[in-house]
Amino acid sequence: MALPEASFHILMTLADEDRHGYAVIQEVAARTDGKLKLGAGTLYRSIQRMLEQGWISEITTRPAPDLDDERRRYYRITPQGRAVARAEAKRLTELVKLARESGFAPGRA
Amino acid sequence: MGFYRLLLFAYPKSFRAEYGDELCAVFARERREASGVGTLALWAAAILDILFNALRVHWDILRQDVRYTLRTLGRAPGFTFTAIAVAALGIGATTAAFTMVDHVLLRPLPFPAQDRLVKLYQNYSSKGLDDLSPANYRDWKQMSSSFEAMGAYNSREVNLTGTGDPRTLPSAAFTVDLFGVFSVQPLLGRVFSEDDNRDSAAPTVVLSYDLWQSLFDADPGVLGRKVVLNDGSYTVIGVMPRTFYFPTREARLWTLLRFAPDAFADRTDNYIYGVARLKTGVPIEQARADVSAVARRLALAYPKQLAKTGATVMFVRDDVSGQSLMMLKVLFGAALCVLLIACTNLASLLLARALGRRKELAVRAAMGAGRERLVRQMLTESLLLSFAGGILGVLIAKAALPLLVRLVPVTLPIAQTPSMDMRVLLVAAFITGGTGIVFGVVPALRMFRSDGLREGSRSGVGGRKERLRSALVVAEVTGSVILLVCCGLLIRALGRVQAVDPGFRSENVLTLRTALPVPKYEKRSQREAFYRRVLTDLRQLPGVTGAAYTSFLPMVVGGGIWPVQIQGRPEDLANRRTASLRFLTPGYFSVMGIPLLMGRDIADGDTFEAPWVAVVSQSFLDRYWPGENPLGRHFDFGNHDRAVVGVASNVKVRGLERSNEPQVYLSYQQHDQVSLYYAPKDLAIRASGDPLTLAPSVRKIIHDADAELPISNLRPLTEIVDLQTASRKVQVLVLGAFAFIAFLLAATGIHGLLAFAVSSRMQEIGVRIALGARSSNILGMVLRDGVTLAGIGVAIGVAGAYAAARLLESLLAGVTPGDITTFAAAILLALLMTLAGSLLPALRAMRVDPVTAIRVE
Repeated sequence: MALPEASFHILMTLADEDRHGYAVIQEVAARTDGKLKLGAGTLYRSIQRMLEQGWISEITTRPAPDLDDERRRYYRITPQGRAVARAEAKRLTELVKLARESGFAPGRA
Repeated sequence: MGFYRLLLFAYPKSFRAEYGDELCAVFARERREASGVGTLALWAAAILDILFNALRVHWDILRQDVRYTLRTLGRAPGFTFTAIAVAALGIGATTAAFTMVDHVLLRPLPFPAQDRLVKLYQNYSSKGLDDLSPANYRDWKQMSSSFEAMGAYNSREVNLTGTGDPRTLPSAAFTVDLFGVFSVQPLLGRVFSEDDNRDSAAPTVVLSYDLWQSLFDADPGVLGRKVVLNDGSYTVIGVMPRTFYFPTREARLWTLLRFAPDAFADRTDNYIYGVARLKTGVPIEQARADVSAVARRLALAYPKQLAKTGATVMFVRDDVSGQSLMMLKVLFGAALCVLLIACTNLASLLLARALGRRKELAVRAAMGAGRERLVRQMLTESLLLSFAGGILGVLIAKAALPLLVRLVPVTLPIAQTPSMDMRVLLVAAFITGGTGIVFGVVPALRMFRSDGLREGSRSGVGGRKERLRSALVVAEVTGSVILLVCCGLLIRALGRVQAVDPGFRSENVLTLRTALPVPKYEKRSQREAFYRRVLTDLRQLPGVTGAAYTSFLPMVVGGGIWPVQIQGRPEDLANRRTASLRFLTPGYFSVMGIPLLMGRDIADGDTFEAPWVAVVSQSFLDRYWPGENPLGRHFDFGNHDRAVVGVASNVKVRGLERSNEPQVYLSYQQHDQVSLYYAPKDLAIRASGDPLTLAPSVRKIIHDADAELPISNLRPLTEIVDLQTASRKVQVLVLGAFAFIAFLLAATGIHGLLAFAVSSRMQEIGVRIALGARSSNILGMVLRDGVTLAGIGVAIGVAGAYAAARLLESLLAGVTPGDITTFAAAILLALLMTLAGSLLPALRAMRVDPVTAIRVE
């Protein structure tokens, strides 16, 4: 089962540090050169589902107060979330490999 | 920012509560960074984002709820089955009833401009509405100004020969312009034109879809084919579409109605019906005033004939008898009653279930599920149940429709069996949804309002919740008492109608119709030879005790009336009263079992050359010569002077529930200057045993006499009488079924309430027993609850039933709306139902083991 694209992006942005919602949106945009602008609704709907599934967790410890300009919730990826993201990355890699073999993607098979 | 918050209401409350602030914060940041056109784009993106994601969130919750509901329902199959069955009965009954009402009363007729189609009637102050004479029709058409088009028709039976077995078909003769009034295009070919209407034109016929299918296998090459009807060869010029029925759904083909010049001579010879299309924008009242004015002018011009003849118009759509209308209303009312009872039962079931699940709900609430979330979940459950019930209900209704066709009046040009279309299904869906929402939300909200969740313990059921359920049970008892009384009254009425003496003995009589076609039987001598041969052969059949022909059997044709002129009491035609005219062969009275009270029967000796005679009914005697000896008296009837030779007892010519004119019976050999429509065609054969066993030999005798003569309407006389009460029987059956369902539901309701009360009062009962209460005390305690509720329900129900009975008084055939026997029976049944419903819970309460009951906590 493919992971929804938004969820995968969110997991990737959380891979190296805990972030709040707006930071996730900005980070996704930066990583994709502004091609993907997550809507707030899409973001929090994905967050809700991933919380339910235990892929991410909400953390109460906050970074330094000066960076925290508003009362915000921070999210952290869980080991289960990492496993899911890894499985998805593997699935995509294999897919790209197949695409190369058929000549649909650049690079050597 | 406020607007953005408002938009967030598209999300479910739980989601909004959790993430609303975050969403706003993100949006605020984004707005701070955007400017100019960017702000607009931001708003657009935000709105789309909210709509799309709100839908997804709702959808996710729905899926969760449905999955959860299916799981919990699966764990309570008894509850699930009961709830679905209850909903299905209520929705099924209402859907079937609505389909009927829609079909008969609401749905537009299948004609363009059907809302402007009217029927024209002559209107007599004395005898009500009547058909028209050709002369009046012609003048109304010329002198009125409210109509775009007008035509006329009459119904007739025609013999079709030359294609398979000869058969008699119901048909209608249309004036050349009548098809134009309906403006319905034929499916194939064309309708009548002025060319067909010329004296020299070859006869033409238009077929119904039905006949085209059955007789010609839907052959498109049927146009131009010749068929042989009564009086000769007709060319098929067209086929009408399947939905075209006129004047009734029985009509199989249409021929031209043309008037010979002398047809316009007699203005009282009423035998055609007028149909017209109102001009656009002309209200029917104006048209009514218009034809009335025309009729007044004609009455002034022909006072002797038309002094009392008015005119009126009514919408074709409205040409439904008051009785049919009433029957449908009763059906619909009863169905609504069943729906209401089903709904209260459903609500009661859901309420009990909600109360029983308080612990589970309390746990879920404790785990953070909001109240809105739990109500929503319960609503999903009730909707799911009612939709399952709705689907089942529509199937039940569909299966039940063929049983209800007797309630569709024959006078309307519509199909016999109603079809279910989108509208009906929409109404069913609406009822279903309403049922689910109203009766699902009420218990759910009730649950939370009384803070039932906080208690969370098993004892102490809140009094308010029980009061609600008690009220529901009272409503169920009320509804079922109303239905029981109405059904009982209609059964009594049916019995009363069936007990009406038709004036003849219907057992062991076989009847059939052989309409003698013209010109083959135009001469009297030809007809007489046919009757003599057939009757002689029939009388020699073993098992036959008598046989006779008549113009029309009673209850088959109710009309056929002529004005009476008593010798020595001259009256204008307009003032003459009428009697029904029947030609007979000798022996008719003994075959039909009609007692001869005075004088003699029509005899073989009453020939054309002999003195012209008549046998009259007792009612004729009472009207014209009360207390006198009528034998030998003369009167003018059927265009001849006749002498009374006998008096027969009265016959219910027009049916068991209708009054009718006196009867005059004439010799079949003394038929002159009366339409050949009156030539004897109905045959009655009295048998010593089961009359239907004679059918093959009777068919053979008629076939031997004339191989081309079709035999129709072969049936026992009892069937003709039974038909009189057929629609009543259907109605009683339907209402009986409804009452039975209501009865069962109410009993289940009482049972459910008491059973629940007993189980939640286990402890209390245990304590009482431990303190020395006897089982009779406990029994009394439980029964008292049931009887009190039933008592209130019966009291309200009796009042409601009396009001309902007053409304349907016109259907009661003289049974009084307050009929004591019926009410007593209904009350007794309601009591029995209460006892039956209370019995099990009461027994359970008596068997409570105090030790176990108290130890439970």
